[in-house]
Amino acid sequence: MKRRDFVQLAGLGLGGMLLPLSGFGNPVAEEALLDFPLLVSQKKELADVALNTAKSLGASYADVRIGRYLNQFISTRENKVQNIANTESFGIGVRVIANGTWGFASTNNITADGIKKATERAVAIAKANSKFQKEPVKLAAVQSYGEVSWKTPIKQNAFEVKVSDKADLLLRVNAAALKNGASFVSSNLFQINEQKYFASTDGSYIDQDIHRIWPTFTVQAIDRTSGKFKSRDALSAPMGLGYEYLTPNDAEKLKAPGGMNLYRNNYDMVEDATIAAQQAKEMLSAKSVEPGKYDMVLEPNHLGLTIHESVGHPTELDRILGYEANYAGTSFATLDKLKSGNFKYGSNIVNIFADKVQPGSLGAVGYDDEGVKCKRWDIIKNGIFVNSQAIRDQAHILGEKESHGCCYAQSWNDVQFQRMPNISLAPGTESYSSEQMIKDVEKGIYIAGRGSFSIDQQRYNFQFGGTVFYEIKNGQIAGMLNDVAYQSNTQEFWNNCVKICDEKDYRLFGSFFDGKGQPSQVSAVSHGSATSRFNGVNVINTGRTI
Amino acid sequence: MPILTKDEAYALLKKVISYSKADECEVNIGGGDSANIRYARNSVSTSGVISQNSLVISSAYGKKVGTATINEFDDASLEKVVRRSEELAQLAPENPEFVSFLGPQTYQEAKNFVPATAAITPKMRADLVAQSLQVAKEGKAVAAGFLEDSVGYSAMMNSKGLFAYNTATGTNFSVTVRTEDGKGSGYATRGYNDITKLDTKTATQIATQKATSSVTAKAIEPGKYTVILEPAAAAVLLERIIFGLDARTADEGRSFLSKPGGATRLGEKMVDERVNIYSDPWNADLPTSPWTGDGRPQEKTMWIEKGVVKNLTYSRYWAEKKGVKATPFPDGIIMEGGTKSLEELIKGTKKGVLVTRLWYIRDVDPQSLLLTGLTRDGTFYIENGKIQYPIKNFRFNESPVIMLNNLEELGKVERTVSVESNANYLLPPMKIRDFTFTSLSDAV
Repeated sequence: MKRRDFVQLAGLGLGGMLLPLSGFGNPVAEEALLDFPLLVSQKKELADVALNTAKSLGASYADVRIGRYLNQFISTRENKVQNIANTESFGIGVRVIANGTWGFASTNNITADGIKKATERAVAIAKANSKFQKEPVKLAAVQSYGEVSWKTPIKQNAFEVKVSDKADLLLRVNAAALKNGASFVSSNLFQINEQKYFASTDGSYIDQDIHRIWPTFTVQAIDRTSGKFKSRDALSAPMGLGYEYLTPNDAEKLKAPGGMNLYRNNYDMVEDATIAAQQAKEMLSAKSVEPGKYDMVLEPNHLGLTIHESVGHPTELDRILGYEANYAGTSFATLDKLKSGNFKYGSNIVNIFADKVQPGSLGAVGYDDEGVKCKRWDIIKNGIFVNSQAIRDQAHILGEKESHGCCYAQSWNDVQFQRMPNISLAPGTESYSSEQMIKDVEKGIYIAGRGSFSIDQQRYNFQFGGTVFYEIKNGQIAGMLNDVAYQSNTQEFWNNCVKICDEKDYRLFGSFFDGKGQPSQVSAVSHGSATSRFNGVNVINTGRTI
Repeated sequence: MPILTKDEAYALLKKVISYSKADECEVNIGGGDSANIRYARNSVSTSGVISQNSLVISSAYGKKVGTATINEFDDASLEKVVRRSEELAQLAPENPEFVSFLGPQTYQEAKNFVPATAAITPKMRADLVAQSLQVAKEGKAVAAGFLEDSVGYSAMMNSKGLFAYNTATGTNFSVTVRTEDGKGSGYATRGYNDITKLDTKTATQIATQKATSSVTAKAIEPGKYTVILEPAAAAVLLERIIFGLDARTADEGRSFLSKPGGATRLGEKMVDERVNIYSDPWNADLPTSPWTGDGRPQEKTMWIEKGVVKNLTYSRYWAEKKGVKATPFPDGIIMEGGTKSLEELIKGTKKGVLVTRLWYIRDVDPQSLLLTGLTRDGTFYIENGKIQYPIKNFRFNESPVIMLNNLEELGKVERTVSVESNANYLLPPMKIRDFTFTSLSDAV
């Protein structure tokens, strides 16, 4: 799925507007979302056509992905269901190495003949491009797993829940917001199911069934007299879970300032919308922040985005090497700094790990899109930059013998490349709650939820807003603030991390549409953390009059 | 399937409409070929060719609407997709905002198809990239770039007798050149309907020149500066005003165009009186489609005239509710400029900062349209009419509305591309006073 397509689809229901979405998937009937059109044995037969064809044409390696990508989006505003879209995209992507060079081709003709032709095209492209190749591709070895399968451990498949029940939930969310003072509310539910079959000439046949869900809303309060308007977004996270995420569970709620609840593995959407409407109204008369240095207390649903931008992206190896120079940029976290073994990315308590295995996370899969079994590894250990993110053709650059298992393509018709795994901040080891953290701060600001974000092309200088801001004075919450954004430098910021709450406060933030590459592909990734304190951060006031 | 001619598209759409049993239906069809080459570290990294065609049909029973898509065009498939959209419409909840499809319209002939672009060969594409790589190698610099071109058609018809057809071509090119030591970086971007206008060699020379001249950047204090924004830098700020022209959001009180008391800024002077912004599908340098996806004709429209907000964009639903003309969202935006070149603007500047590119633009406050982002790939200090030295990149926090009130001077208009939205514009370089830089960045 492509981010721009999604934005168009979410807001519009008419065919004319749907036309640019041809790469995204065809609308299908609700029942079709529960089909599995091909048996695993049939997929294996088709995959072998690609692998055998590639080998017969002289390819030294080939992999094939048979992918069926199902999406359902429901969007509403106030008391209206605006759009229900069921889409399906089904096809095959074949990647080969011939003459030491990658080639890729895809087709939605899911027959032996269609696959054979696509494979021939992939080999031809590899051979044609080999004249541009400076050095042949070097692939890290991977184990042959034989025939295996993996499924997101969901309790309730969201696609099996009646669409009317899901639309009703969103309308109840909207009603709760309007009842509590919202002027406007829009709510959305996104459900994704990737049915992916991977096979390669290394001898693996991997069948995976992957599920993701994202319930969200935006509440707005407007004072027509003053002309002011304020927004409060949902404090949910997109998750690698089923519909069970939408079953409220008090054990998964955490108390936060201003009467807010924050949510771990279960989300109470109606409750959050009720609080959101009250907070949006409160924002209309909240105090504008005094610019200056503050100690920031950042909860996970906010801090996740800061981790994503200031640690996730700069430690991608392709970016470090310059492959993204013309678009997203390069990285301050160079190979020299990595190899020095003493680059102080953060303070001693900062331990940041990469993984594609955390239960409930968006990145969790059994195997990546080049058939590598997923794992966990360290990126920052006791503050020191210790590793990067690499796939099979990059591992040798790091002097490693195996891939990190973080290769991904957004669809069968896009070529897979290195994508950010979950990148998470390990919780503190000593018992410490967010309430205690607030008590220990003299002059600070507590931020919940994501807001505006911007970072330079080498990931030094960033500016972040948030969803809700509270002033902390002498260990007490002293009321809501407006117009807050903080600016810092990545290394300075992480070295000013002085305290991290314990594992009871640990939870996941998610980014559903992380973009990378030209042409751009999206992927979904989670970032875990516990509430953390950063001292002496520069806060600016963003209030302006036009 | 090849690109359909107007007659072929008409015949196909007529057939689809003939299968319909719904109260009303509307069919859009479109497709074409696009190709791209991506390179980095002075070597091609990926290339791709994408051919696609698809047909979308919306069927309506009263206010219940269903939509289905297909990319097979035999009779059985076409009939199947019509039935599928009708089944979905029967199951859909009523959409109170559905407006009956538009009747027949008259469209002016479009100018956005250039045969030379449609005739591009893989060799021409490879040569364009090779020329760019050659410049970088000769300059002992490292290039990363992206070239894409496309040719396509679109057509629509509905049960009320509307028929529209258009073909279009386009190419976008961008290149980032970095010095081998990574201390300097430059950028250039170009967009055209006619690929014969694309000169990747000159564009890469400009990027290389910016890269080499931005080495040894000095840090100067953040604060308010007079800036000269090259068109590519101005584009990413200005387009946020255009994206925010929706009348409904303004009427609902949740836009920078909303006013205290419930009114909007439509008809009011919002920016400097030298600001004139319009769209014109028949402009020779920025031709765009003469109709929108829902069949509305695109017309030459003034959006800001002498600093006054002249028009807002409307969905057909909101226009009907408000009893006004349903002005659609524009395709190409043009801002009038002056007669001076960029060099002349620099020459007339006592103290200032030349900004060649802005990056990672995000909304900070929708109420004031405050945006943040950074300078990138070549920022220079100007004193006494001359570029004195390269400076380190800045983060800015500024609203394009405030910026256009602080207008000093406009230069000659040129076509440019937004790195944020990929949209093409005709814009002048702009000299702006009191542009707000809030912090320094070490990024190169």
